[in-house]
Amino acid sequence: MPQERLYRTEAIVLRQTDFGEADRILSLLTPRGKFSAIAKGVRRPTSRKAGHLELFARTNLLVARGRNLDIITQAEASEAFESLKTDLLRFTYACYAAELIERLAQEEEDDGGALFELLLGLLRWLERERDPAVGLRHFELRLLDGAGYAPQLFTCVSCAKAITEQVNYFSAEQGGLLCTECGASAAGVRAVSVNAQKVLRYLQKREVVEVRALWLAPATHAEVESVLLDYIEHVLEREVKSATFLRRLRLDLQRLAAGEQSSASVERPKT
Amino acid sequence: MSATPKSVQRLIDALGRLPGVGPKTASRLTYYLLRAGAAETEALAEALSQLHKSTVLCSVCCNISEQDPCEVCSDAARDHETLCVVEAPLDVLAIEQTGQFKGLYHVLHGHISPMERVGPDELRMRELVRRVEGGQVREVIVATNPTLEGDATAMYLSRLLEPYGVLISRLALGLPRGGDLEYADRVTLAEALSGRRKL
Ligand SMILES: [Zn+2]
Ligand SMILES: [Zn+2]
Repeated sequence: MPQERLYRTEAIVLRQTDFGEADRILSLLTPRGKFSAIAKGVRRPTSRKAGHLELFARTNLLVARGRNLDIITQAEASEAFESLKTDLLRFTYACYAAELIERLAQEEEDDGGALFELLLGLLRWLERERDPAVGLRHFELRLLDGAGYAPQLFTCVSCAKAITEQVNYFSAEQGGLLCTECGASAAGVRAVSVNAQKVLRYLQKREVVEVRALWLAPATHAEVESVLLDYIEHVLEREVKSATFLRRLRLDLQRLAAGEQSSASVERPKT
Repeated sequence: MSATPKSVQRLIDALGRLPGVGPKTASRLTYYLLRAGAAETEALAEALSQLHKSTVLCSVCCNISEQDPCEVCSDAARDHETLCVVEAPLDVLAIEQTGQFKGLYHVLHGHISPMERVGPDELRMRELVRRVEGGQVREVIVATNPTLEGDATAMYLSRLLEPYGVLISRLALGLPRGGDLEYADRVTLAEALSGRRKL
């Protein structure tokens, strides 16, 4: 029998997967990277740990090294994000962020805590700020940066000339902006407005506290969001499931707010 | 170098795909069945082969049943004005065992999970709306799990059902029986406080 070793770590729960009778396997982000561990018996209502290991909770763990998976022996939540319980959009944003981290971050790769701080910053943003989505755009750009996929936004990815203040083009494949000359004839690129380019550059270079004052016109925000998602899906070489879900949810919420039926509803006979 | 006969390995593999069963447990179960004798294994095989042949989804509540509509939905003695919405068939069983609920159920078969792309369309929400639209329902009790996904599902349902003017409630959240206050997490305690009742 290998000797059991205990260690302490802080973590944010990224994903929970039911396992066995009453256990869950948790994907956790810690200041020393991402890893998986098992929490035994947490699906039982009497579990003392369950409430401390909720999705997206920030929690202090005591973990025992196991043969396959490490085992969580104690947990104490230190920060809970209440708005995720009461706001469907904010909850979906948090899911989206967690999905990106799961896809982009390598298991047990120590980045000095940068990713942990980035996610914590986003969760706090979602908890406190009026416009939750701006924080998400900032998160995307910083995450891409940390993973080595920062889009090139200041010089043309093709001819390396400085990008000037006019409509330019974005290429997901080449990972950045193309100047008018290079972009006009290129395939698979999209035109990007001057405002959207400015926002992208601004968000890429700032800390989360600095972007708090930023207000984006809905059209500009939609453009930035779409450019980034295209690029992220290109980098991941697959669809981001939470983003697809988010699109549908927004349509549903709009319809419901307008007093119409959601897509989950059916034709109602007129009375 | 495996000395395991093919037919034995086949069962081990099949059992090993069940949730919560690892390769070790799968082997143990397989060798148990080998020792148990033909009568026992045939009874098990018979039960397995009947599982899908003789069960259907109730077209009213979407629970798994041997008849359609299911026993609960076709029971005239039950309160057809109250629906209890749950995530899974086993939750129906748990609530039935309390003996406290006399209404009907609705089984969603899951919860909202953006990361798995499970949304309203993947759950049995359309069927629920249709039932509420029918006009007989007065109250919907949302009994999704007390997890973030359960909360999200409850939130979505309340928006979805709002236009129909039915009473919508959620199961009370609070302290588990037999627990010790000092071990309760902050969230559970806060919910227990806000959900307190008059003595
Ligand atoms: Zn160029
Ligand atoms: Zn039924």
